[in-house]
Amino acid sequence: MATLEIKDLHVSVVSEDAPKEILKGVDLTIKAGETHAIMGPNGSGKSTLSYAIAGHPKYTITSGTVTLDGEDVLEMSVDERARAGLFLAMQYPVEVPGVSMSNFLRTAATAVRGEAPNLRHWVKEVKGAMADLDIDPAFAERSVNEGFSGGEKKRHEILQLGLLQPKIAILDETDSGLDVDALRVVSEGVNRYKASGEVGVMLITHYTRILKYIQPDFVHVFANGRIVESGGRELADVLESEGYVKYTGKTEAAAIS
Amino acid sequence: MAALSTKPHSHGAVVPVTSRAEHFTSYDVNAFEVPGGREEIWRFTPLKRLAGLHSGAAATGTAAVEVSAASGVTVETVGRDDSRLGTAGVPGDRVAAQAYSSFENATIVTLPGDVKSEPTTVTVTGAGVDAVAYGHIQVKASQFAEGTVILDFRGSGAYADNVEFLVADGAHLTVITIHDWADDAVHVSQHHVKLGRDATIKHTVVTLGGNVVRVTPVVQYAGRGGDAELFGLYFADAGQHQEHRPFIDHAQAKCRSNVVYKGALQGEGAHAVWIGDVLIRVAAEGTETFELNRNLILTDGARADSVPNLEIETGEIEGAGHASATGRFDDEQLFYLQARGIPEDQARRLVVRGFFQELIAKIAVPEVRERLEAAIEAELEAVGT
Ligand SMILES: Nc1ncnc2c1ncn2[C@@H]1O[C@H](COP(=O)(O)OP(=O)(O)OP(=O)(O)O)[C@@H](O)[C@H]1O
Ligand SMILES: [Mg+2]
Repeated sequence: MATLEIKDLHVSVVSEDAPKEILKGVDLTIKAGETHAIMGPNGSGKSTLSYAIAGHPKYTITSGTVTLDGEDVLEMSVDERARAGLFLAMQYPVEVPGVSMSNFLRTAATAVRGEAPNLRHWVKEVKGAMADLDIDPAFAERSVNEGFSGGEKKRHEILQLGLLQPKIAILDETDSGLDVDALRVVSEGVNRYKASGEVGVMLITHYTRILKYIQPDFVHVFANGRIVESGGRELADVLESEGYVKYTGKTEAAAIS
Repeated sequence: MAALSTKPHSHGAVVPVTSRAEHFTSYDVNAFEVPGGREEIWRFTPLKRLAGLHSGAAATGTAAVEVSAASGVTVETVGRDDSRLGTAGVPGDRVAAQAYSSFENATIVTLPGDVKSEPTTVTVTGAGVDAVAYGHIQVKASQFAEGTVILDFRGSGAYADNVEFLVADGAHLTVITIHDWADDAVHVSQHHVKLGRDATIKHTVVTLGGNVVRVTPVVQYAGRGGDAELFGLYFADAGQHQEHRPFIDHAQAKCRSNVVYKGALQGEGAHAVWIGDVLIRVAAEGTETFELNRNLILTDGARADSVPNLEIETGEIEGAGHASATGRFDDEQLFYLQARGIPEDQARRLVVRGFFQELIAKIAVPEVRERLEAAIEAELEAVGT
C-alpha cells in the first residue's frame, strides 16, 4: 500500500535576484486507493507543489519532508523518483525535438520496469493504449510533444500514465484545454489507471468540471501556498457555486459559467 | 557561365565588405595579402594555429588520396596543368589560393551520365604530424548522373585544398564530407559547387576531429532550376575550432537553396563559427532560399559565433529567410525525460541525438549514418556527466 506523505513543505523559487517563497507549509497524505482533488486559484502554487514533488531543479525545498512509503523522496534524483513510483502529468508538457514518441515511451518503460519490455507485447500494448485514448497511431513516429495541440499533449500524458503504472500520480490541470469529448476520453484513461491497482491520485484542477468524471475522495482548497480547507466531494460543490472569493478576497470562479 | 571574374586586388586598409558580390577571388596566392586576423573573413579564425597555411608555408609532405570507386565511376590522377581544373570556382581566400598554387596532383572523380551509381568513397589521409600538404579534388557528375561521393578526411598534419563539384545539367549529386581528423590536424578547405540547369546537390559537411577545421562551401548556379541543399553537422570539443562559411551565390533565375547547419559544443575553448552568406543577384528572380544555424552549448567554456547574411538585390523572389539560434542545453527537456524515469546521462544523449536527428535522417548512406551516430555517442561519453 503506497503512501505519499508531505509534511510542512516550504518551497522557494529563485526569481531575478531574491528567492521567493511560494509554498508555505503544505501538509498532505495520499494513500493508495484515494483520489485527492487540489483546487485553487491561479498562482496559488499548485504547479509548484507538483514540480517540487517531482524534483524540478528550479524549486528549492527550504524545509519540510516528502516521503513515499517512508523513503525520503527529496533525497532522490528526478529519475529515481519516477522509478520509485511517482508520476507527474504536467500542466505544460515539454517538446523534445528529434526524439520519437515510440522511442521515448520504450526508453521510459524500460527504465521504470527495470528491463526492456518484450518487443511484440510492447507494440501491442502501446497500440491498445493509444487506441483507448483516441490517439492516431501516426503520433508514435512524431517527436515528443512537438507541434501537438494542447489536448493532444494531455492525452499523451495520460498515455504515459497508463504505460508506466506509477504508485502515485499527480495530474496537474490535465483537464485544462480539453474539449468535452477529450475530457471524457482522458478521464476514462485516469479511471482505468485507478481501477488497475492500488494507486493514489492527486488531481490538481482549477475547475470542478473534471470531478464529474473522476470521483474525488477528498477535496482540498489550495490558496496562497498552502491547503486552507479540506473536505469531501461536497466541498467541490461549494466551490462550484461560490468560487474562491472566500479564500482570496477576489472573485474567481471555480465553475465555467 | 564562366567562373567568377578575378578583380584587381586593392592593397591598403581593410575596406568594410559592403556586398558579398565584391568579394575578392583569385587563383594566384600572391594576389592576396597575408591575413593579419582583422580581415572580415579571417577575424574568427585562430591564424596562429594554421601552421602557416595562410602565410606561405611550403608543402613538406603529401596527403594520400585513396578512392574506392563504384562501378562505372572513373578516377584519374592528373597534373596541375590539366585544363579541366579550376572550372567550378575561383579561390576566395589566401589559403585556398595557396592550395591552388601548391598542389602537385589532383584527383578527378567522374560519375557517368544517365545512370545511377553506387556510393564512391575518397579517403584523404594527412601527411603526418607537423607536415604541411596541399591538395585538389574534382568531382564531376555528368549529365543526368545520379550518385553519392563520400570524402573522408583523416590523419594528422596541416592540409589545405580546393574541392570542386561540377554538377552537369539534370544531374543529382549527393556529397558527404567527413572531417574526422586526429587531434593535431589543421584543415582549411574551400568547396566550389557549380550547378547546371535543373541540377541538384545535397552537400553535407560533418566535422568531428581536428584542431582547426575551416570549410568554405561556395555554390554557384550555371543555369535555371538548380537546387542546393547544404547541411552541416559538427561537434566541437575542448580546444577545437570549427568554422563553416557556406556562401550561396544566386545569379540565375528560379533556383533554390536550403542551408541547415547544426552543432554541439562542449569543453573549455571549444569554438564553432558559422558564417552563412546568401546573395540574391538582380538576375536571380524567383529564388527560394532559407538558411539556418543552430548551436547547442553543452558545457561552460564553449562558444559559438553564428552570423547569417542575406543580401537581396531583386524584389522578385519566391522566398528568403534565415534563422540562427545558440542555446544552452535545455534543462526542461532533461527534466521531462527524467521525470519519466530515464536516467540523466541517457536523457542527455536522447536530447543531443534528437537535436541532430533531422540531419542524420537525411544521410542516405546507412554506414555513414551509423558511423555518425556512433561518433556522437562517443563525444557524449567524453562529457562525463
Ligand atoms: N520559476 C518561477 N520563477 C518565478 N516565479 C515562479 C516560478 N514558478 C512559479 N512562480 C510563481 O509562483 C506562484 C505560483 O505558481 P504556480 O505555477 O505554482 O501556480 P498555480 O497554482 O499552478 O497556477 P495556475 O492555476 O495558473 O496553474 C506564481 O506567483 C508564479 O508566478
Ligand atoms: Mg499550475
